[in-house]
Amino acid sequence: MTRLTTGGLIDRTTVLSFSFDGRPYAGHPGDTLASALLANGVHRVATSVNRGRPRGIMAAGVEEASALVQLEAPFPEPMLSATTIELYEGLVARGLPGRGKLADRPDPARYDAIHAHCDVLVVGAGPAGLMAALTAARAGSRVVLVDEQPMVGGSLLGTRGELSDWTATVLAELTSTPEVLVLSRTTAFGYYDDGFVLALQKRTDHLGAAAPDNAARQRIWRLRAKQVILATGAHERPVVFADNDRPGVMLAQAGRTYLNRYGVLAGNRILVFTTNDSAYVAAVELAEAGAEVTVVDPRTDLAPFWAAECARVGIAVRPGHMVTGTTGEERVTGVHLAAYPSGGASATVHCDLLLVSGGWNPTVHLFSQARGKLEYDAELGAFLPVAGLPGAGVVGVRVTGAAAGTVSLAGCLAGGAAEAVAALRDLGVAAQPVAPPPVGTDRVERAGLVLWTVPVEISLDGSDLSDTRFVDLQRDATVGDVLRAAGAGLRSVEHVKRYTTIGTAHDQGKTSGLIASGIMADALGVDMAALGTTTYRPPYASVSFAALAGRDRGAIFDPVRVTAIHSWHIEHGAQFEDVGQWKRPLCYPRRTAFGGLEDLPAAVARETRAARTGVAMLDASTLGKINVQGVDAGEFLDRIYTNIISTLKPGFVRYAVMCGMDGMILDDGTVMRVSDTEFVLTTTTGNAAKVLDWLEEFAQTEWPDLRVHLTSVTEQWATIPVVGPLSRQVIAAVAPALDVSNEAFGFMTWRSAEIAGIEARICRISFSGELAYEVNVPSWYGIAVWQAVFDAGQPYGITPYGTETMHVLRAEKGYPIIGQDTDGTVTPQDLGMSWVVSKKKLDFVGKRSFSRAENLRPDRKHLVGLLPVDRSVLLAEGAQVIADPDVSQLPVVMLGHVTSSYRSVALGGTFGLALVRSGRDRIGERLFAWQDGEVVPVMVTGPVLYDEEGARRDG
Amino acid sequence: MQLISCPWCGPREEAEYHYGGQAHVAYPHDVGAMSDADWADYLFFRDNPRGPFAERWVHAAGCRRWFNAVRDTGTHEVLAVYRIGEPQPELGTQASR
Amino acid sequence: MTAEHVSPSKLLRPLSPLDGWQAAFDALPNVVAVTEIAFMAQLNLRVDPSGPAAGAVAKVLGSALPTQPCSSTRSGEYQLLWLGPDEWLILAPEGAGPELETALREAIGGEPGAVTDVSAQRTTLALSGCASRELLAKGCSIDLHPKVSPMGTCVQTLVAQTGIIIVARDETASDFLLVVRASFAQYFAAWLIDAGVELTGAC
Repeated sequence: MTRLTTGGLIDRTTVLSFSFDGRPYAGHPGDTLASALLANGVHRVATSVNRGRPRGIMAAGVEEASALVQLEAPFPEPMLSATTIELYEGLVARGLPGRGKLADRPDPARYDAIHAHCDVLVVGAGPAGLMAALTAARAGSRVVLVDEQPMVGGSLLGTRGELSDWTATVLAELTSTPEVLVLSRTTAFGYYDDGFVLALQKRTDHLGAAAPDNAARQRIWRLRAKQVILATGAHERPVVFADNDRPGVMLAQAGRTYLNRYGVLAGNRILVFTTNDSAYVAAVELAEAGAEVTVVDPRTDLAPFWAAECARVGIAVRPGHMVTGTTGEERVTGVHLAAYPSGGASATVHCDLLLVSGGWNPTVHLFSQARGKLEYDAELGAFLPVAGLPGAGVVGVRVTGAAAGTVSLAGCLAGGAAEAVAALRDLGVAAQPVAPPPVGTDRVERAGLVLWTVPVEISLDGSDLSDTRFVDLQRDATVGDVLRAAGAGLRSVEHVKRYTTIGTAHDQGKTSGLIASGIMADALGVDMAALGTTTYRPPYASVSFAALAGRDRGAIFDPVRVTAIHSWHIEHGAQFEDVGQWKRPLCYPRRTAFGGLEDLPAAVARETRAARTGVAMLDASTLGKINVQGVDAGEFLDRIYTNIISTLKPGFVRYAVMCGMDGMILDDGTVMRVSDTEFVLTTTTGNAAKVLDWLEEFAQTEWPDLRVHLTSVTEQWATIPVVGPLSRQVIAAVAPALDVSNEAFGFMTWRSAEIAGIEARICRISFSGELAYEVNVPSWYGIAVWQAVFDAGQPYGITPYGTETMHVLRAEKGYPIIGQDTDGTVTPQDLGMSWVVSKKKLDFVGKRSFSRAENLRPDRKHLVGLLPVDRSVLLAEGAQVIADPDVSQLPVVMLGHVTSSYRSVALGGTFGLALVRSGRDRIGERLFAWQDGEVVPVMVTGPVLYDEEGARRDG
Repeated sequence: MQLISCPWCGPREEAEYHYGGQAHVAYPHDVGAMSDADWADYLFFRDNPRGPFAERWVHAAGCRRWFNAVRDTGTHEVLAVYRIGEPQPELGTQASR
Repeated sequence: MTAEHVSPSKLLRPLSPLDGWQAAFDALPNVVAVTEIAFMAQLNLRVDPSGPAAGAVAKVLGSALPTQPCSSTRSGEYQLLWLGPDEWLILAPEGAGPELETALREAIGGEPGAVTDVSAQRTTLALSGCASRELLAKGCSIDLHPKVSPMGTCVQTLVAQTGIIIVARDETASDFLLVVRASFAQYFAAWLIDAGVELTGAC
């Protein structure tokens, strides 16, 4: 056991049992899986993805590039860092060989999202972030402070409790201040436009199986801030040398964090290899905790303070030296040293932990995502944010603390407060910086040596496997891989990233990306500043798809729109289909004599027969409906539709088509004139919103002088077509006051009538060719009137029908469906509907395009009917129509395609509609449809296959 | 999620808007007199600059009002919004509300 | 069944879009309360706010139309919601629609304008309780903090995946009127109930 008896931020009074790779272990609240494993002496936790090498824990946070694990309980979750998993009772995990396994059962956890707004968003609750948040909070601002850790303090958590009283006081003040929200366990993972930051909060992960069922396990915070202060700290980076991937090779600050925060002494004989002063404090504290510590520093001029400290605690210092390699298998056992930079005077020393520090990379990810400019700082060997965003967006994005390259604690504290004051000033709020707590003298006084990889020639035997100088541990990518990329002629870091895959793993190269650039710059002899960095993109840390989906799954994945009559359809066994977001009855299968349910063809045959020979009813409420009012309403509609609307008289209805500017059909429907100044028009179900937008665009932007107003009334009206030769009797029964005779109530007119006390608008329009009445009532009464019609129709065997029967009926009559028989390249003339295009009107939308040469070509595709020679063969919608059945001759000349295809009782077999080149000139010709690897002979007919003379519409 | 300022409702998320293409391309007065080439030019050709571009937008999920916006196509920054009928603001004057 | 069974009753029962949902709303934690206010009369009004018809309309409604974008006014039993620079939604008690529609149309007379009965186009929900703002924040990007959206604020926006009108009815963001299209009402109700699963007893 390597757990110390005292110290750390863990709760030793509670023991948590967990298992790793099948073995039981114990830890404490406050542990991560990584710290608990180290406390149990477990260093090897994973196996590398390509080379199968043992891998351990190299960091203590989100930058971990090595210790990849899979959680198995309470729910399987792959590809997690052991350093970011808070320990809980019953945790079951195993180390991964680079890849995990997704669960094969549904995740029972809930996930959600929530919006929050603030004046100042502070990312990071370290010294700088706390000062910024406190300054903003005391100014009375709305503040959100997010931090990835379960407790505030940031880098202070890795110290011997430095400023711990102060952080507790600050946290208490912040949480008790109104309008201040402190979000722990929350990682801001993306900066988007205009102060929009997405953050992932892990809310119950740390509770394991004890997590309450009703609480979202993870939550996406959609934060909208007026000012953003990034106090995101810095990540330590290693130096690359041979066999630097062994378990027991760790970042220096991680070693210190495990000691101070978790009470874990991760090794007894510790070698600290550092190029800078920041690791000396770790060395001294580890020595004071009882370890035997040696420091190796390539620099020869040691800082007097640290030299004295090392002497005081008995640390041997080897200045002017470097680590060139390691020994050991499951864990490091020794280190090869050599003089820096010559490589001479090599020696091997034993150790069980190798701590490495090559300097610090400010965490500039979010700033860079906000399009902030970065500049290379040669002294720090890192890219730093350049103050101020290009384009001076409305939202200020500031960087402070270690993320801005500030090294000293005092500087971070002062910087955080100052940036908050500046942010508040931009919001017009005068604020005073809060006074920082007193801190000791900072002892990192000199710049370190910037060293990406130790300068030792290693003779490669030509195979990738001889190179063990790992740049990206996750990807098993080495110095040799980077040099090969340079050798292959790659000069951009972006290309090198793709070539080597460095920085593409789940840690996104937090510790490796810059090193790869540095090696590249050295190899090419170019300046790092000129080479630049790869682009930082969201997410900063891994986010599960479950979290991104949030509550948009299951029944509320997507809105399900229903009509007022929907519950009746359910009660009567309707089979539904999705039409856009609408649920519409497809058919109403009945029980068969054998106890089963009718299949779709049987139900449709029965429903179509009822409509053609008796009476049937449909819920057509999904049709889009637009109320058009104003003295210029007629003129407006004349300009929109291809035919004349203004001549329509109140009480009458007209079928109408609207085209785009290019003359292609956009939509069709009916126009009902209510009064001189009021119309109600219908649109196809799927086009309702689009048509209203289209009409509004003209009304508002092109013809604002027209006095016309448009209002959607789609859901105001329930629409019930009652169809068939016996429909007149049914309407007469439900609307006894209405004269339903053909003379009094002719085709293409409408009447107001009472149905059981409800004011209805009944239109004599037909989408089937049969005598039909379309009953419109306010949708509150939709289901009652539907039931009344259904009841009244019982003596006549009234049959409810669905969309499939509707399609068969309309296709038998050659009525096109916009969007099915058309596709945005079809004119009214192509459909054979020149009659709907006014010759009298001076202009309307699309008119000019009809005379374009392209639209006058004789070989345009026309809508025609197709009758398969074998009337039992159902054509495939979408099947290509060809003239020559010999498809071995390439290219096959394609004439068009089948747009609609059905079985028809009335026609005694299958039939289809198709768009066919020069189709109207081919009527009577034999063509072929190519489907399922066969040619199906078809005869071309006109599109109207049933009751061509229109004898049935009046009953 | 970018914010776009509706001239009526103020800043809203971009998901509330629909795009309407280049602004200030008025429907021609006498289309019958136009040559095929001129009509095709009106119908199919629009500017495609890198930089400020006057566009039509509609606040579809809000007040349903069409308006014009000058957007920098290089940065997506909306430089100005103005109501239908109002002149395009001088660039650089930040006429955005 | 025969034709005699069809009695042309004057008592056909109207059904609101959220008929049958109240029990599910009642099961929400007591930090929120949701109730459908069914069958409210709703009229869409279009009129030039600076034209002569606006004054005549104001007389009918007992109050000038609110012209501040995203605001609303109460006038007796009427609520006047700003929908656009020349567009309002008038909410009135159940049954008041036809008479009010006639009165408004007469007030507008020959002036530019329109009145459309949209009573059944949308339904209304009252959302109250101290967690109301939090509940809506789960799907709404608008800042409903009382300082930003004070009483009377009326915004048209998206909540989750449906369009909606939200009216703030108090100064503590704990009383809202939600107006949603009838076909989306059941989706929205299901979404609200699901959003409420996590709410606990206290705010």
